[in-house]
Amino acid sequence: MRKSAEVVIIGGGVIGVAIAYHLAKQGCRDVLVVERDYLASGATGRCGAGVRQQWGTEMNLRMSIPSVKMFESMNRDLEYDGDIEFKQGGYLLLAYTEVGWEQFQKNVALQQQHGLGVRLCTPEEAKEIVPHLNTEGLVGATYNATDGHCNPFHVTDAYALAARRLGVEIQTFTEVTAIRRSNGQIVGVETTRGPVATKTVVNAGGAWSGQLSAMAGVEIPVRPERHQILVTEPVAPMQGPMVMSFHHHLYCQQTPHGSFIMGLGDPSEVAGFNQRASWQFLEEMAQKITRLLPPLRGVRVVRQWSGLYEMTPDRTPILGGVPGVEGLFLATGFSGHGFMLAPMTGVLLAEAILGLPASLPIEKMDLGRFARGDLFYEPSVV
Amino acid sequence: MLGTRSEIFSSGGKQKMTSLDKQIIICRCEDLTLSDVRVLIEKGYRTLDELRRISRLGMGPCQGRTCRPLVQRELQASGVPMKSQSIGVIRPPAMPITLGAIADGSEEAEKDA
Repeated sequence: MRKSAEVVIIGGGVIGVAIAYHLAKQGCRDVLVVERDYLASGATGRCGAGVRQQWGTEMNLRMSIPSVKMFESMNRDLEYDGDIEFKQGGYLLLAYTEVGWEQFQKNVALQQQHGLGVRLCTPEEAKEIVPHLNTEGLVGATYNATDGHCNPFHVTDAYALAARRLGVEIQTFTEVTAIRRSNGQIVGVETTRGPVATKTVVNAGGAWSGQLSAMAGVEIPVRPERHQILVTEPVAPMQGPMVMSFHHHLYCQQTPHGSFIMGLGDPSEVAGFNQRASWQFLEEMAQKITRLLPPLRGVRVVRQWSGLYEMTPDRTPILGGVPGVEGLFLATGFSGHGFMLAPMTGVLLAEAILGLPASLPIEKMDLGRFARGDLFYEPSVV
Repeated sequence: MLGTRSEIFSSGGKQKMTSLDKQIIICRCEDLTLSDVRVLIEKGYRTLDELRRISRLGMGPCQGRTCRPLVQRELQASGVPMKSQSIGVIRPPAMPITLGAIADGSEEAEKDA
């Protein structure tokens, strides 16, 4: 492992390797990524693998729309010898209350301003899109055809391989134990495989990013929160879009492989690092999904697991530098949608670190917004 | 002939590929052959966790019950000693079960409670 690096990225999830790739692409190749376990072992590899652009805030729209463009050409752009399995089967979002429906109408107006081909649907139109949908109680829906699914392991693998080809060093099973500062400047990190001198550290540690920031003497408002999920056996293709209901806190999508991936958010989940799977989840998920999508009754569950969202107070990521700590950069707080925003996050962080002109006003998503009170509050999170 | 299991799985060091490797199925659920597994190990995916995630090996209905020991031997033959291998996390449910059965069972249990 190298003893010094221009940039050390902590965290080998999709965010860390996307940033590494974009740094190297911009010519900054003296980059070291350190990952405590194996690549995508945290939230990336545990996520629902959905890719969505139907967001309720301007910044999430401006992050997600170009990210989808990048997924579309990723196999080619990263010269990947595998397949990231990007499927654009759309997302159908369901509203069950008048309040929810009003929010959807506002969201769609904003989304259309940003050029998204999203549309409002009556329950009948929703049923045309997903014929096996039980529309009982449904007020309305929104549909965007270019949302979809992508394989998080292969996206991470594609970025990691491309970054390595450009000279980036990626060390797995290597844990950061300390971040060294000299006054207001980052000077290095300590790892389980020795010290590394560096003036720039990127915290892409997901649920553990709070602990990592604390090593540099910086407090960040991220809260780890367990979310549970399951996968079924593969069956013949029967459902194009992701079906998602904020009212039921659930999502369900069939992957190109044929399996269904579905998850539930639990509003009473307490903050913490618990990643165990529970039978209560399995029962509630089965009850809710067989009511909403009845033919799934006959599909077998093969595995359930959980992962950690790292929630911020406004459910929007924290990106960029930290005032008072020269050389510390944050790419965290994705609040359950880091995978789908990773491509644009890689671009933005590389620009911020190298002092290049920013593709987006990334400063709006900085850590300082919580002190300023300039919050976003994303309404559309499961 | 294929040779004995010990000849196939314990040849030691770098694995010699043969045309038969492409016909020996290691993961029945996902149709992965011995050749597929060896190529991935050569590429540097040297833990069960990584092999599973890159290839879906052991992620199908049997959840690795058939292929896990075979792949562990293959890893050992490639220089990853069995004692240093993690078998990862065995996740529920123990056997594939339909969503309908889970939903009906839990609704009945709620009625009885």
